[in-house]
Formats: sequence, structure tokens, C-alpha cells
Amino acid sequence: MPVFRRPLPGTHPEYLSPAYVSTRTRAPRQPPILLPHTISELTGPVFGHSEVGEDDNDLTCQHSGEPLGERIIVTGRVLDEDGRPVRGALVEVWQANAAGRYRHQVDDHGAPLDPNFTGCGRMLTDAEGRYRLVSIKPGAYPWKNHHNAWRPAHIHFSLFGAGLLSRLVTQMYFPGDPLLPFDPIFNSVPDERSRSNLISRFDWDTTVPGHALGYRFDIVLRGRDATAMER
Amino acid sequence: MTALTPSQTVGPFFHLGFAPLNRENLAATGMAGEAITIQGRVLDGNGAGVDDAVIEIWQPDSEGRYSQPEDTPGESNFKGFRRIPTDSTGAFRFTTTKPGRVPGPDGELQAPHLMVTVLARGLLKQLTTRIYLPAEPSNQTDAVLSLVPPERRSTLIAKNIAGAGDLLEWNVILQGVSETVFFDV
Repeated sequence: MPVFRRPLPGTHPEYLSPAYVSTRTRAPRQPPILLPHTISELTGPVFGHSEVGEDDNDLTCQHSGEPLGERIIVTGRVLDEDGRPVRGALVEVWQANAAGRYRHQVDDHGAPLDPNFTGCGRMLTDAEGRYRLVSIKPGAYPWKNHHNAWRPAHIHFSLFGAGLLSRLVTQMYFPGDPLLPFDPIFNSVPDERSRSNLISRFDWDTTVPGHALGYRFDIVLRGRDATAMER
Repeated sequence: MTALTPSQTVGPFFHLGFAPLNRENLAATGMAGEAITIQGRVLDGNGAGVDDAVIEIWQPDSEGRYSQPEDTPGESNFKGFRRIPTDSTGAFRFTTTKPGRVPGPDGELQAPHLMVTVLARGLLKQLTTRIYLPAEPSNQTDAVLSLVPPERRSTLIAKNIAGAGDLLEWNVILQGVSETVFFDV
């Protein structure tokens, strides 16, 4: 059986993070019970090309016209903790439009919907663990967490790596966003360096001249510990 | 060693990204075996239904085999996967194949169980738990259940619903007196 490391303290948020008000009634109060890893945790679903369409990674071509907003390309590699690529990982994404509005029935923000933007996609990583998302930069939007609360611009990422232990749902932020220091969700990550790993970086190599700005966002999942003794 | 990417909440709008892979019915899977239907609710610390949660199930087939990528190279292989968002009352329901037994940490077979991942607005990282089945003699000796204090084990075991045939009930109580047991994996 492969051995998975346990995440270091401070890497992930605690369930109870009072500044993010919804955690107060949803965070479990009992400590979780430490579970030895069995085949049930070490396996997991593997998705293939039948679940992912050819253009599902391009959020700008899902309608008859182009969405409004600043065109972006977000690319990066999905790696394990030893830096090995995670191949064939399913990456699901969803985001607000350029005005900061989600095409979702519970989003009551007054900003306009864009008839040419749905805001969701999915892709599989290639042999180098690479993914490439084409989209528009999402807008910031207000939420009801506290007075004058605004979420920084972000894209939601969901990943299935090698087994259930590699499952990760996270959010990618943009460099230089003035809202980041005030966001309780971003700041729920205790360790500053870990937190900074949620911020993409602007990347000239990904930027397409005359067309789209490029951002780089690598994602590191829990992986099999190559140095640990296997039982 | 490279630092892990931290978890962040799915937020309230995950349906946008998750809907294409919602799987609630056995018919979507082609797995053989005895069908079971499990329903329940996700409840918060005030006992209110959580209408923006989603549960993901991972389980083996009736013979205790997990789908593995090498079974059908190059093909998708997620026969044991379910994804069910909660409705406006926090309820979910799915039909699946009764899982077979798989090896446990001590080499003994585990009692039949389904792995559950819970994601929701207000959860900054996923919760991991398990559903065990009622009236399984192997529940008495299961290595994982025995790690759980006896008075909390019932939160992991689905119950028969009186007068509802084979329908089983299992709830996710996020917080409070009867809080569901969650695992640190």
C-alpha cells in the first residue's frame, strides 16, 4: 500500500474560522478521528475523455458571441508533494463573470449577467500534469459576511488526483488584488506561505500578444510518499 | 518537498461547475448487485437543512472491488462514484449497489461501507466520513468502527426507515449533540 503524508499544520484552514461567519454553525466541534489509510481511501474515481469535451476548457466559446471582459489564459501544472506530475487529473472550474455575477439562481448581486458567459468548465491534465484554461477575468463581488464585504476576484478549482486523499477544492486569486488582506476565506489559511500559493502570478510566457493576458497557477496535491517505507 | 495547495470552500455556487458529473442513480453506473437507496439530510448546528452542500460517494462493487484505472485502460472508470447536491431542504438521496467487503488496516475484511466526502458553503475543507449498513454482523468487528467511541458509532450506520421497505436513512449532522463522526485522513 502506498503511504500518504499528512498535511503539515497551517497548510489548510481550520473548519472553525469565525471571521468567515458560515463556519460558526457548520464547522464540526468534535475533533476528527484519525483513520489509517485503507484501500477505501487510497483509491478514487478516475475520469476520462468521455466526461470532458474538447472545448470544455475554453469558457469564452460556449455561446454565439464572446463574453465581455478581460480575456485570460490560466495555465499550470498539477503536481504531488514530490514534484511529480499528476496525469489525467480532472480539473473542474467555475467563476463569476467580468461584472462579478454568477449564472446561478441564488446569486442576487445586482451586477448584470452576460448572455455569452456561463462560467464553468473542466479539463484533464496531460502527461506533464499541465492544464490550460481560457476565460475572462472574474469580477469582485459583494457578499453578506460582514459590513461592506467583498470577495476578491477568484476562480474555483476542484481536483481529483490519485485517490480520495488527493481530492482538493480550492480557489485561485489574482496578484495585487487589494481585497486579499480583507478576505476571511483567503485569510483562513494560517500559514502565510501556503496562503500565497493560492495567488496566481502574471506570466509573459503564457500571455498571447494582442489577445489574452496569461497567469500561472500550479496546484500541489497530496501524493504517495516516495521516501516512506511501504507496509 | 513542495508545499500543498491549501483548501478553500466550494462556496454557494458550486452547482455551476459540478452539475455535469452529478450521479444519483444506479442506472448511471452499470454495476451489478443488490440495489440500496440511501436518503438523508445535511444539517447545521442549529438543526437547519444545508441547501448548499454536496456529497460525493466512493465505493467498491458488490464483490469488494474498487474501480481501478488499469481495469479499462484509457477509459473513464468511476463506476463507484456518486455526486449528489442537497436540495432546498438539505436533503439528498441516491441509489447504488450494496458494496462488498474490502481489506482493512489489520488485514481483516472491513464491514461494507461507502466513503463520503462532504463539501458545502461554510466548510473551508472537505469532510470525510463513512456510511455503514444496518444489521451487518461485521460492524461488530470492523477495525475503523472500533476506533470510534461506542456512543458515536451510530452516526456512521444507516438506519432502516420503518414502513419504507429497503429505504435507508443516514444524515450528516455537521455540529451539535449528535454530530456525525468525521475522519482525519
